[in-house]
Amino acid sequence: MSEVEDRVRKIVVEHLNVEADKVTEKASFIDDLGADSLDQVELVMAFEEEFSVEIPDDAAETIQTFGDAVSFLKKATA
Amino acid sequence: MFDLSGKRALVTGASGGIGGAIAKALAAQGAEVALSGTRVDKLEKVAGEISGKTHVLPCNLSDLAQVDELVPQAVEAMQGLDILVNNAGMTRDNIFMRMKDEEWDEVLAVNLTAAFHLSRAVLRTMMKQKFGRIIGISSVVGVVGNAGQGNYAATKAGLIGMSKALAQEVASRNITVNTIAPGFIASAMTDELNEKQRDAIMNQIPAARLGTAEEVAACAVFLASDAAAYVTGHTLNVNGGMVMI
Repeated sequence: MSEVEDRVRKIVVEHLNVEADKVTEKASFIDDLGADSLDQVELVMAFEEEFSVEIPDDAAETIQTFGDAVSFLKKATA
Repeated sequence: MFDLSGKRALVTGASGGIGGAIAKALAAQGAEVALSGTRVDKLEKVAGEISGKTHVLPCNLSDLAQVDELVPQAVEAMQGLDILVNNAGMTRDNIFMRMKDEEWDEVLAVNLTAAFHLSRAVLRTMMKQKFGRIIGISSVVGVVGNAGQGNYAATKAGLIGMSKALAQEVASRNITVNTIAPGFIASAMTDELNEKQRDAIMNQIPAARLGTAEEVAACAVFLASDAAAYVTGHTLNVNGGMVMI
């Protein structure tokens, strides 16, 4: 498991109050992890802070699953 | 009870009667205040009358580029922002059949669109802080309408609807969004009324007097305080009984 994955999972677990093992690659924040649209905005804000990157709104909209977040942040911080 | 020590506030239209009174009242409770408006000399004057920490941030709200700079400036100056008071407003009165597009657009831009932009801009900071107070200064005219003020009434009613929608979105984040709807408040504008106009107004007000800017400001202090944490999406009518709903 990559370091990026661990850091993203930690944020998701903390923000959405879910079990770490539910946060799988395909897990959708809204459909599987109980996030509402505002939670999703907060997650993106937390990712920005954790990884010191800026995630523009159109990119944020493509981040629907845990896997989406990990691959976006891997690219952004590469 | 309404202590605002450590809180940071941005007040638009702070050079005006009500805006200035709100800025002073928030400061009197211990808040650090950023005063925004177009008339720098008047803003400086209000700032000079406040003993606490103030910042003067000139901004023309009809220019969206300037509007979008305002919140970042305030956040930088105060290292955060806890209270936004969308107070700035303007009138371009005309009866509907004579109202020009520009009169409509100008009033919408300053009174409503700027308030939308500023409210949207503060949300990020407030969500991170898990605390925020957004207060819109509406008007009795937004509640019951007024002939000759179709544009102004639309914006003041718009503020109420906008605030209620936003209040629902962010209530779980400890951010409250409320409006204050003042009735006739003593100001430079009401000073110009002749006796007949004055009498006509007084007849509509059970309290039989004009309100003061300080009476509006007191409501803003309440809504900004921790005491009002459970009040959101509300419109506080401050009108001497002129309209009771």
